[in-house]
Amino acid sequence: MEVIAQVPEIRISHTEPLPDPGERSAPEPRQEVSAIRGFLLSRGNSAMADRGFHWLMVLCALSIFGIVVLIACELVVRSKLAWGQFGLDFFYKAFIDTYTNQPMYWDPVNGHFSALPFLYGTLVSSFLALLLAVPLAIGVAVFLTEMSPRVLRGPLAFITELLAAIPSVIYGLWAVFVLVPLLREHLNPWLIKLLGWTGFFGDDNPTGLGFVSAGVILAIMILPIISSLTREVMTAVPNSQREAVLALGATRWEMIRTGVLRNARIGIVGAVILGLGRALGETMAVTMVIGNSPEIHRSLLANGSTMSSVIANEFAEASGDLHLSALMELGLALFIVTIIVNAFARLLVWMVTRGAPSSTH
Amino acid sequence: MLILGEEKLKNERNLRAKFRSLTDSAATALAILSTLLVIAPLVAIFLYLIYKGASSLSLDFFIKVPKPVGEAGGGMANAIVGSAILLGLGSLIGIPMGIAGGIFLAEFGRGTKLANAIRFTADVLNGVPSIVMGIAVYSLIVVPQGHFSAFSGGVALGIMMIPTVCRTTEEMLLMVPNAVREAALALGVPNWRSVLSITVRTASPGIITGCMLAFARVAGETAPLIFTAFGNVDWSERLNEPIAALPLQIYVYAISPYDEWHRLAWAGALVLIVLIVLAVSLVRYVTSRGVLKGAS
Amino acid sequence: MGVGIEVTNLNAWYGTNHTLQDINLNIPANHATALIGPSGCGKSTFVRCLNRMHETNPIARVTGSVRIGDLDIYEDAKPVEIRRRVGMVFQRPNPFPTMSIYDNVAAGLKLNGYNNRRVLDEIVEKSLKNSALWDEVKDDLRKKSGASLSGGQQQRLCIARALAVDPEVLLMDEPASALDPVSTSKIEDLIFQLKSQYTIVIVTHNMQQAARVAEKTGFFLNGRMVEFDSTHKIFTNPSDKRTEDYITGRFG
Repeated sequence: MEVIAQVPEIRISHTEPLPDPGERSAPEPRQEVSAIRGFLLSRGNSAMADRGFHWLMVLCALSIFGIVVLIACELVVRSKLAWGQFGLDFFYKAFIDTYTNQPMYWDPVNGHFSALPFLYGTLVSSFLALLLAVPLAIGVAVFLTEMSPRVLRGPLAFITELLAAIPSVIYGLWAVFVLVPLLREHLNPWLIKLLGWTGFFGDDNPTGLGFVSAGVILAIMILPIISSLTREVMTAVPNSQREAVLALGATRWEMIRTGVLRNARIGIVGAVILGLGRALGETMAVTMVIGNSPEIHRSLLANGSTMSSVIANEFAEASGDLHLSALMELGLALFIVTIIVNAFARLLVWMVTRGAPSSTH
Repeated sequence: MLILGEEKLKNERNLRAKFRSLTDSAATALAILSTLLVIAPLVAIFLYLIYKGASSLSLDFFIKVPKPVGEAGGGMANAIVGSAILLGLGSLIGIPMGIAGGIFLAEFGRGTKLANAIRFTADVLNGVPSIVMGIAVYSLIVVPQGHFSAFSGGVALGIMMIPTVCRTTEEMLLMVPNAVREAALALGVPNWRSVLSITVRTASPGIITGCMLAFARVAGETAPLIFTAFGNVDWSERLNEPIAALPLQIYVYAISPYDEWHRLAWAGALVLIVLIVLAVSLVRYVTSRGVLKGAS
Repeated sequence: MGVGIEVTNLNAWYGTNHTLQDINLNIPANHATALIGPSGCGKSTFVRCLNRMHETNPIARVTGSVRIGDLDIYEDAKPVEIRRRVGMVFQRPNPFPTMSIYDNVAAGLKLNGYNNRRVLDEIVEKSLKNSALWDEVKDDLRKKSGASLSGGQQQRLCIARALAVDPEVLLMDEPASALDPVSTSKIEDLIFQLKSQYTIVIVTHNMQQAARVAEKTGFFLNGRMVEFDSTHKIFTNPSDKRTEDYITGRFG
């Protein structure tokens, strides 16, 4: 075999014998070192502590599951009375009031409960909010991700985050004293004049409280969620898509439309649905501006109620077990609906971003 | 003939180009408009809050309890303290549970089906409307106890904190590089010690940030407190009594017909929003400064 | 002081991947043993089997026996206990980022419950001296964090950390491959000095390094140990043709 020449010469010490024991350092530190070894040897293998810790963590994680189950159980148990009394009729059937011969839905005095006005109210106010919020939210998202100068992005994003941080009750406070009078003086007459012929804008409610006001304040509240999630899915679209469209000679808007929005559309739908989920459950601000009437009016300017607002209003002074149970059943319905809507929304967002969405939503 | 056709084509093309550039400009304008429309309410709300709230703020506000209707003066001292107590109770419940959940998701259950289920459940919990949470806790605690209490309010708030804390803890723990865990294990450190003293400690700035975020969110919640803490016009002596809370008090005052109470509501709203904005800004500052470079 | 390692019929799998096949060798005490071979040949896996670190991967499996001194590390003890006696230094320096230099070195002891301040001070000083880092950091022990040092210093910090628990064996998985030449030579000097006190196993893809520091060398290829002999013989007169091909650079 050839002799290998590559190897540098120095310090191949295998020919040296082991160091002389006498060369080793003084005995005293040697003793401490072996004391360390002895100490460590005595520590055992912590198998029990490890196992205990593991199970403690599992327990805490499982109790999150337990909490949700507990909430569901409480709602179901307390709804039993109303469910037993009304069954599915609870959600749509009206009673005829013996005095006025008008359909009546929510009558705590006589113990008749039908939730239709509140389902109507929740749906109408939420969709009104979406109508207003979605175009604006997408507009902001488009501006922030594709159009705005870099310098502005941070501050603007921070501002939308602040919008999300404002508590519902403060939105409500501002809405009652500023927004509602504003709408009442300047928007509502205009709506009645222009769109009164549709039948959706009657002029018999001079307070300004009603679905329009609720829709507007709800829109402001769900805007940040829809916007920031839309921004997330838009940023997740790879740059190669944008470049491909631009290389074909598209204008910036065309690039955004076909290169980004088209790719992100599933996620955007998810963001919108998440916003819907939020709007469905929103309570305080809505309660303060919607007028709290348990009737169904066609006019969007009329007073109304949502499922959450009626619970907030009537729960504390519920007259009797049936009343309470009816409110609980409303709560259960709200619970189930928001779970389904939220789960669906997160699924859509996940499909686009291929991962868990940020925890700030 | 050919020249005419070419002319027509050119005109068409020019027209199309003009149309396309027009839509591009329109889109940009709309986007800017939307942004302005979004910022406007925020600015309006803040300005109005400061305007209305500042004029009603005084030292009395912070040290006195509400006076009976009709009398001027008084403050929201009990509501501020009450909120602090409720948030303290809530944090005591929500933060340990949330962190433990996050530790499980990141360190023990990574990739397992159980972890996915737990994560989904935490998301579900996050989406439960706060009013539903309130009536559930009412049913769970207030009814058996027979009275409203700070304890039940704290439980409601604590439960609402869990999902946020859990998710951020998991995210932050996942950012700790595996090399750090290996270093600890290779030293013969028991797993539980390694998780707590090394991994969690490395991720702790981020975890604390998550807790602050959950705290700020829950600080403004009213709906879960209406049927649990219930509110109090005076100081509460024990945790088993109804207790005042700032957002709750604001709500009650806002829908009342008394001007004096409206004044107090604005002042309270200003105090509340300042605290929340401070917390959120702190969170943003901490995360943007890359405090997490400890984990890189 | 150091102890010898006796490996018998070691086989290792990651899932269905048969990473190590029938490894048999005796690593002598108080010597440095180098393991060389091309990328992916299993030498890192082998070294991780010596302190049961491969078990941190849930799909890992091992058969065969490894005796360190008189202890069969798979039958007679738990991983935690083994790792206190067999230290490890990784390819990329991994000091604990939130801890000071002092706390980094003392970590193996403090986290196992040792609290005697005076003795800890002495051990930290001794370990840092043994890893040739003492002079550079002695004034900043508690002020600077472990992550604020340069790459070469961080690696020496990791060596000090491993030495502080007074192991019998020190495993080094390509300890200098992420470092600049100056740091590399400092680390090699270190190994040269430490091997009289510990049994050192060093994985390296740098043959010159193996030749410089180790008495014995083992050549790994495709999960098998092809040849294990004195370094001098491996590099001047290898018995196996595959070894010769690798040494002369025909592959890998």
